[in-house]
Amino acid sequence: MGNRQQDEEMKGSVRKGSKRKADSDCKAWQEKLKSCSERQEVDFVTTSSAPVDILNTPEDLAKTDYFRDIGYPGEYPFTRGVHPNMYRGRLWTMRQFSGFGTASDTNKRYKYLIKSGATGLSVAFDFPTLMGYDSDHPRSEGEVGRCGVAVSSLEDMETLFDGIPMGEVSTSMTINGPAAILFAFYIAAAQKQGVPSKKLRGTIQNDILKEFIAQHAWIFQPLPSMRIITDILKFASRNVPEWNTISISGYHIREAGSTAVQELAFTLVDGFAYVESAIAEGLDIDEFAPRLSFFFNAHNDIFEEVAKYRAARRIWARRMKEKYKAKDPRSWLLRFHTQTAGCSLTASQPENNIVRVAYQALAAVLGGTQSLHTNSMDETLALPTEKAVRIALRTQQILAYETGVPNTIDPLAGSYFIENLTNRMEAEAEKYFEKIESLGGVIAAIEKGFFQREIADAAYRYQKEIDSRRRIIVGVNDYVEDDEKIEIPILKISPEVEKEQKRRLKRLRESRDNNAVKKTLSAVEAAARTKDNLMPRIIAAAKTYATLGEIVDSLKKVFGVYHETPIF
Amino acid sequence: MDKTVCEKILSGDKRAVAKLITAVENEPGKCEAVMDSLFSHSLAAHRIGITGPPGSGKSTLVDALTVSIRRKKPTSSVGIIAIDPSSPFTHGALLGDRIRMKRIGLDENVFIRSMATRGALGGLCAAASDAADILAASGKEVVMVETVGVGQSEVEIAQISDTCVVVFCPGTGDAIQTLKAGLMEIGEIFVINKSDLEGADRFLLDVRATLELREREKGDWEPPVIKTVATEEQGIDELLKEIERHRDYLSFGDRLKDKRVEAVAKKIRGLVRNTLESSLYTPDEGDQLRTLSESVLSGKVTPHQAARKVIERIRGGRQWAIGNRMKR
Amino acid sequence: MAKRIRILVAKPGLDGHDRGAKVVAAGLRDSGMEVIYTGLHQTPEAIVESAIQEDVDVVGLSILSGAHMTFFPKVRRLLNERGANDIILIGGGIIPEEDVAELKKTGAAEELFPPGTPVSKIAEFIKKRVARG
Repeated sequence: MGNRQQDEEMKGSVRKGSKRKADSDCKAWQEKLKSCSERQEVDFVTTSSAPVDILNTPEDLAKTDYFRDIGYPGEYPFTRGVHPNMYRGRLWTMRQFSGFGTASDTNKRYKYLIKSGATGLSVAFDFPTLMGYDSDHPRSEGEVGRCGVAVSSLEDMETLFDGIPMGEVSTSMTINGPAAILFAFYIAAAQKQGVPSKKLRGTIQNDILKEFIAQHAWIFQPLPSMRIITDILKFASRNVPEWNTISISGYHIREAGSTAVQELAFTLVDGFAYVESAIAEGLDIDEFAPRLSFFFNAHNDIFEEVAKYRAARRIWARRMKEKYKAKDPRSWLLRFHTQTAGCSLTASQPENNIVRVAYQALAAVLGGTQSLHTNSMDETLALPTEKAVRIALRTQQILAYETGVPNTIDPLAGSYFIENLTNRMEAEAEKYFEKIESLGGVIAAIEKGFFQREIADAAYRYQKEIDSRRRIIVGVNDYVEDDEKIEIPILKISPEVEKEQKRRLKRLRESRDNNAVKKTLSAVEAAARTKDNLMPRIIAAAKTYATLGEIVDSLKKVFGVYHETPIF
Repeated sequence: MDKTVCEKILSGDKRAVAKLITAVENEPGKCEAVMDSLFSHSLAAHRIGITGPPGSGKSTLVDALTVSIRRKKPTSSVGIIAIDPSSPFTHGALLGDRIRMKRIGLDENVFIRSMATRGALGGLCAAASDAADILAASGKEVVMVETVGVGQSEVEIAQISDTCVVVFCPGTGDAIQTLKAGLMEIGEIFVINKSDLEGADRFLLDVRATLELREREKGDWEPPVIKTVATEEQGIDELLKEIERHRDYLSFGDRLKDKRVEAVAKKIRGLVRNTLESSLYTPDEGDQLRTLSESVLSGKVTPHQAARKVIERIRGGRQWAIGNRMKR
Repeated sequence: MAKRIRILVAKPGLDGHDRGAKVVAAGLRDSGMEVIYTGLHQTPEAIVESAIQEDVDVVGLSILSGAHMTFFPKVRRLLNERGANDIILIGGGIIPEEDVAELKKTGAAEELFPPGTPVSKIAEFIKKRVARG
């Protein structure tokens, strides 16, 4: 007994002694700081203009409990990662977002990417397709195939995947407003290859809330859009069980100018809205939640990004388990794809972008992403050339095999700086959740212009920092080359693409069974008016070679269209 | 030369109309002759002023109202002047009303012009009123002037209309405070927009109660209070009916003439005030007001003596061009 | 008299990226101009109609969808057809140098600003150009 008491006393005095030493060391450092000058020409803030601590110490983590807050990978709350062995088991998927011109142009690029080591496909559609217009619609003029591939019918989808075994690849499709229809085209095209839908692996972005907030590729109003999404969730959970039905996205919110905390908070709150919507429709949370996935940005500030991903995993896990009472541990997982920040790329000295992308990719991998797209250096000028996209892919491969970063799990955990930043971002996100709740929820906040205003203000502030040179962008407002000559090849989209698409569509409309098309389109419209699931009807229409625009028009008749009131 | 411009305006040439509006904004002195020729042609149009606190949905209401007017009479044409504040510091402005008028922006028979306040005192009134005259002369049957209902000059613009519509919406803070803001005195029709929001019915009762307190004589116009949801086109037809009813009310006796006389009087007063104030600033002597104020503070003159100095200069017969806007 | 430069900032076509347009609009306001922003998804006809009614000095198109070789010539042609040859047409977005050169050569655009251009540079260009007349 006496020994124990002595032991305790000694530990106590050692602790006190340590504390005294810590205090005095700290004071000594703070004294020295006073006589150190700081660089005046820049602000010590993150890319999101958030102030950065000069130093963090164990004091900053006094309230953090390792087992409650940090934990183990693959274990709740998943701060350190969603899989027990992370990249030791499997590297992230190298999935380059890609598409341009006609389906056969893009088919060639996909084959090139697969040959060069890409491990997943990702489809970029052109603007007419994104907005639900056929290539021959008057509003499509000048836009066909320019920033993505033109897909107006099942025939185009079949061409897109010609010679690519759809049962063996996983395909992500960036499509939102008309997601149900492109999903239907994919399912039908796979069936033509003899692949049953139960075997299909992939993702549709299908995140309409962020369209209203940031990307602006909408068609219908918020409520009917949510209905379409829940129809897809219901259909897929039964028929396409390996498919990720929503990629809840923050990438575009960030690209539109938001801060990292806004990206984190607005993405998660959209996720909560989908969960609540599906539950309200009678779905069991564990039926669909395991197939929800996420999509984040990887911007320049490495540590802010890593903290963001870690905070995201922890917040989602806690909410799903504690608030929404999901029982299946897979429902608690926040799995995400990352794309390096397009908005950080510069048009001047484009080779510098290779370096930026490398740092951003590093942040994504340090943050535990499941899948990664690296931008090409020429994307401020045009869609990427083969060479540029190869360098982007090699960036990932060098990261994977030469840097050693994937060899251990969540290496930055335990850093006083990172854990403190993770905690701070989580707290700030929670404040946003409260605010949005008080506005009446996500849709109400969208209608009030809340997100749009926050984003516009952040974008404006960022630009002012650049214009005033408080924020240096290399090659743009410092280290500028006068009379710069851009010496890299640029991808050109031929006006022939539009002509070819128009010809294809004309042939299609003439050669298909137009009676069957009419019948299936009526069935789509009828389903829209009732509560019948739209997906089977849309797939049936797809199989008769009804076009994207025709199916969208049937839905527009019932759902109307969305007009925004812009905030800026 | 002027005649050709006149002819273009009268035939509805959009470019000519737009250019003349620019001219009356920037160099009103040079436009006197043209404006004179157009005057008699500008009398037929019904002028509607739309004002109200920020955020009450005025632009959306203008959009919906215009659609309704056009739908009711497809041969009709509408002119709209939408006014937004200039930054007092940079003097720039984001003119954000047009973007809210989504449907009418594509209508051939609708002409929308955005104007900035340009820091004017009383001079905005004249420019907007001239612009309204130009639109009227170009054949627009209805001319609406939309402003933000804060600040004296913007309230004046509403008053130079034949029919002043004041637009409120619930939830913009203290209803009673809003009602005190002076807007209650000038409105001929009151609208509670966004009336699907909580508190709309309460607000309506408060507005009605405040209107009861206004002094009225027999035969006076009794301002109606209408609930609308402009985004859903609810209440718009009712609003249009009341506007037309007010127009008909004015067509009896001298009512319209009295209104227009009052409007012109306000315009003249605004011009006079502005010209007088601009005499405080001369290119050669700079900002007289500042110089005089410094003299007052250093005890050399009293404020009254300073004011008398200015008036003596005016009496001394210096020539000015009658100006719309004071240069700051 | 306080004449102000008036500019229409427009988003033609289906392109939904409006961060740049909004930031430029706000920045030009800060530099003392009167700015009218059209919002998204505008047809060339609607843009020109707005430009005429607002009697702007400048129209700025923001195009990040690759459709610039269609929209700049079309807007220029429509402006000229309406007698608005004096309205200056500029723009920005994702436009490779070759296309910039081509558009400037044919007069479809007077100046094009790549992503990252400080707004002050755009403002300066506009002020000088408008003063030149």
